[in-house]
Amino acid sequence: MSWELLRLHAPALLIAVPLVASFAMPILGRTKLSRGIIALGAMALTSCIAIFLSYTVYTSGVLLYVFGAESPALSIPPDSGGIPIRIIFTIDALSAFMTLIVAIVGFSVFLYSMSSDQRHTGLEGYYTLFLMMIAGILGMVNTGDLFNFFVFLEISSLAGAGLVAFRIEKGKAVEGALKFAVLSTMGALLLLFAVGIFYWQYDALNIAAIASRMQFSLLDQIALVMLVAALAMKCGSVPLHFWTPDAYSMAPSSVTAMLVVSSQASLYGLFRVIFTLYGIKLDWVTVGWIVIALGMLSMFVGVTMAIPQKDVKRLMAYHAISQTGYMLLGVGVGIAVLGDPASLQSYGMAAIDGGLFHIFNHAMYKGLLFLTAGAIIYVTGTRDMNAMGGLGHRMKYTMIFFMIGALAIAGIPPFNGFASKLVIYESVYRFSPVLAIIAMLVSILTLASFVKVFHSVFMGPELPEYDTGREVPLPMLLGMGLLAGIVIVIGIFPAPFIDHLVAPAAQALVNQAGYISAVAGGG
Amino acid sequence: MIGNLPLITVGLITVIGLFTIVSKRNLIKILMGLNIFEAAVNLFLISIGYREGGIAPIYTNAVQGLMVLPTPQALTLTSIVIGVATTAMLLAFVTIIYRNYGTVDTDRIRELRE
Amino acid sequence: MQLSRIVRTAADILYPFILIFGLYIVIHGHLTPGGGFQGGAVIATGSVLLLVAFRYSELTGDLRKGWMKIFESGGLLLFIGTALAALLVGGVFFFNWLANTGSLFGIPVAFGPNPGEIYTAGVIPVMNLAVGIEVWGGLSLIVMYMMGDLEEGGERS
Repeated sequence: MSWELLRLHAPALLIAVPLVASFAMPILGRTKLSRGIIALGAMALTSCIAIFLSYTVYTSGVLLYVFGAESPALSIPPDSGGIPIRIIFTIDALSAFMTLIVAIVGFSVFLYSMSSDQRHTGLEGYYTLFLMMIAGILGMVNTGDLFNFFVFLEISSLAGAGLVAFRIEKGKAVEGALKFAVLSTMGALLLLFAVGIFYWQYDALNIAAIASRMQFSLLDQIALVMLVAALAMKCGSVPLHFWTPDAYSMAPSSVTAMLVVSSQASLYGLFRVIFTLYGIKLDWVTVGWIVIALGMLSMFVGVTMAIPQKDVKRLMAYHAISQTGYMLLGVGVGIAVLGDPASLQSYGMAAIDGGLFHIFNHAMYKGLLFLTAGAIIYVTGTRDMNAMGGLGHRMKYTMIFFMIGALAIAGIPPFNGFASKLVIYESVYRFSPVLAIIAMLVSILTLASFVKVFHSVFMGPELPEYDTGREVPLPMLLGMGLLAGIVIVIGIFPAPFIDHLVAPAAQALVNQAGYISAVAGGG
Repeated sequence: MIGNLPLITVGLITVIGLFTIVSKRNLIKILMGLNIFEAAVNLFLISIGYREGGIAPIYTNAVQGLMVLPTPQALTLTSIVIGVATTAMLLAFVTIIYRNYGTVDTDRIRELRE
Repeated sequence: MQLSRIVRTAADILYPFILIFGLYIVIHGHLTPGGGFQGGAVIATGSVLLLVAFRYSELTGDLRKGWMKIFESGGLLLFIGTALAALLVGGVFFFNWLANTGSLFGIPVAFGPNPGEIYTAGVIPVMNLAVGIEVWGGLSLIVMYMMGDLEEGGERS
C-alpha cells in the first residue's frame, strides 16, 4: 500500500483496524502469545495511523472521508439534491487532537494490560471488547454525522460496561457496570430523540448540514437540553455523576484509564454540539454560564467527595470528576464571551485553549494515576488505603510514577497539569476573579488529598504482609513510563505544544463556518 | 389532531417509561422502563418518516407519487438492534447480581454506596 | 426433567423449516422486507426452539457454543472484509464494488416493474449474509449462556 493510498484511507483504517482485530480475537486469540500479538499489534497500528492522520490534518486542514462513495472527498454526490447523504467523517484539528489522546493512552494501556490482566480467564473476550471500545471512541471523535455519533457512543459504552463487569468481584463490579450501562443507555436514547427531532425539521443527519440550516426553534431548544443532559451525564459532570466512582473504581485499572478517555470523548461531543451544531444561533452568555456552573459544581463536589474515600481508585474517580470541572470551566468561559469579539481575543480563546489543553493533560496524568493504582492493587491485592503502607521500599518506580501523576493533577510545576491550569487561571481571572480563586482552592484540596494517599500507601515502615511484594512486571512499567514521560515533557515545554496542537484545535472548535464549508464544498 | 396521534403516543410512552425507571425498585422493572422508553424513541423515529398516503420507498418498482422516508426506518432498525444487545447485556448483569446478592431490589443492592 | 416426546419431535421437524425460512429472508434481504439481522434472528429462534425442547447437553454438532462463537466472529470478519476489499479495488471503505460489474451479484438493476432479480445489488447481499451468520451466532450464544445459567440453577436447587 503506497503512502498516497494510506493518506487517503487513513480515517477508514483508523476504525477498521481495531474492529478487524476485535472480530478476529475470539477465533485467533486462544493462546496467550497470539492474543498478545494481535491486541498489541492492532493497537500499535491504530496508534500509528492515528498519529499519521493527526499530522495530516494539522498540516493540511480539514479531512473528509465519505463512506461508500466513489471518492473519499465526495461529500455531496450530484444526485443527492444538495444534502450530504452518506456517513461522513469530518476530521478537523479538534478531532485530530482527540484522536491523538486516544492513540497515546490506548497504546500505553494495552502495553500495561499485557501483564496486569494476565491472571484472569476469558481474555480473548476482554481484548475483543477493549478493541471495540477503542474503535467506538475513535469513531465518536471523528464522525461528522449525528446518528453515527450515537452508534459509536453505544459501541463504546456497551463495550465499556462489559469491561467494567469483567471481573465480577462477588457482584460488585457488575453493580457498577449496571449503573454505567443503564445511564449510558438513557443518555444515548435521549441523544437519539434529539437526532430524530433534527431529522424531522431539517431532513439531514450530518452535523454540518444541520448546522447550516439551524433555525433555533422551540424544538431545537428541547433537543439542545436533551443533548446537553445526555452528554453531561456521559462525561461525568456533577448532577449526574454518581455512576462515575462506581464504574471507575470497579473496572480493571487498564480499563479505567480508557474510560477516562471515553468520558472525554463525550465531553468532545458536548463541545461539538454547542459550538458547531448550534453555533451562532445560541444565547452565548446563558449557555456559557450553564457550562461554567456545571464545571464549578463538578470541581467542588468532586474534590470534597474525594477527601474521605478509603478506596484508592474511588478517590481517584472523584478527582476525575473534579478535573472534568476545570475543562468545563475553561471552555465555558470561552462560550460566555464568544459573542464579544474583543474579550474573546483578549482572554476567551486562551480559556478555550486551557480547557482543551487540560483534556489532553488530564487523559495523560489521570491515566497514569489509575495505572499506578492498578499496580498497587496488583501487588497488594487490596484497594483499601488503610491496609497499605511502606510500599515505597519495594516499588520504587511505581512510587515515582505516582508522584509524577499526583503532582501533575495538583497543578505543581514543572508538570503538565500546572501548564494547563495556569492558562485556565489566567484567562478565567480576567473573566471573573472569584471563579479563578475557587479553582485554585480546589487545586490545593486536590494536593492535600494526594499527599494523604502518598503517605498512607508508600511511606511508613514495611508491612509484613507485603514482604513478598516486588516491583510490577516490565510491560506495566513501560505503559506507565510512556505516560509519565509525556507528562514531564509537556510540563517542561508547554509553549510549542499549545501553539502547534492546542491552539489550532481551539480555532477549529470556534470556526463553525469552516466546518460547514468543508463538508458543503466537497461536491 | 389525528395526524398528531403518533406524537401524543410518543409523549405518553416516554412519560410511562421514565416514570418506571425513576419510581421502581426492582431491577427487572427498571429495565422494562428502559425498553418502554426505547420503544417511544423508535415510534418517534418511525412517525417522523411517515407521509400520508406514501408508498414503500423501493426505487425500481415505484409508480409516481409520494414515498415514506427510508432513512428513519433505517435509523429505527439500527436502534432496535442496539436495543437488543443492550437489553441482553443488562439482563445478564441482573442475573449475575441476583446470583451474588440474592436480590434485585435496588434498595438492598448497596455494596458500592458510601 | 424432560419435555414430552411430542414437543421434542415437533421441534425436530420444525427446525429445518425455520432454518430455510430464515435463510430465505437473509438471501432476499435486498429485494424484500427483512435482511441480515431479521433473517439471522429467525434462524436463532430455531436454535432457541431446540434449546427449549432439549437440554443444552443433549445438543451436539453445530449448536455448540464454540461453533456459535466462530459463526459470530466469522460473520463479522466477512462483513468488514467485504468493506475493506473495496480499498483493494480502488474504492472507498464500504464502497459497493460488486454492483454492476456482471460478476457475483453484479447484474444491473432493471428499471420499471419487475419481479426482482436476486443477483443484483453488489455487496449488499454479501453483507446481509455476513450479518445473518453473525446474528445467528450472537443471538444463539446469548440464549445459550442464559439458559445454561437456568439449567445450572435447576440442578443446584
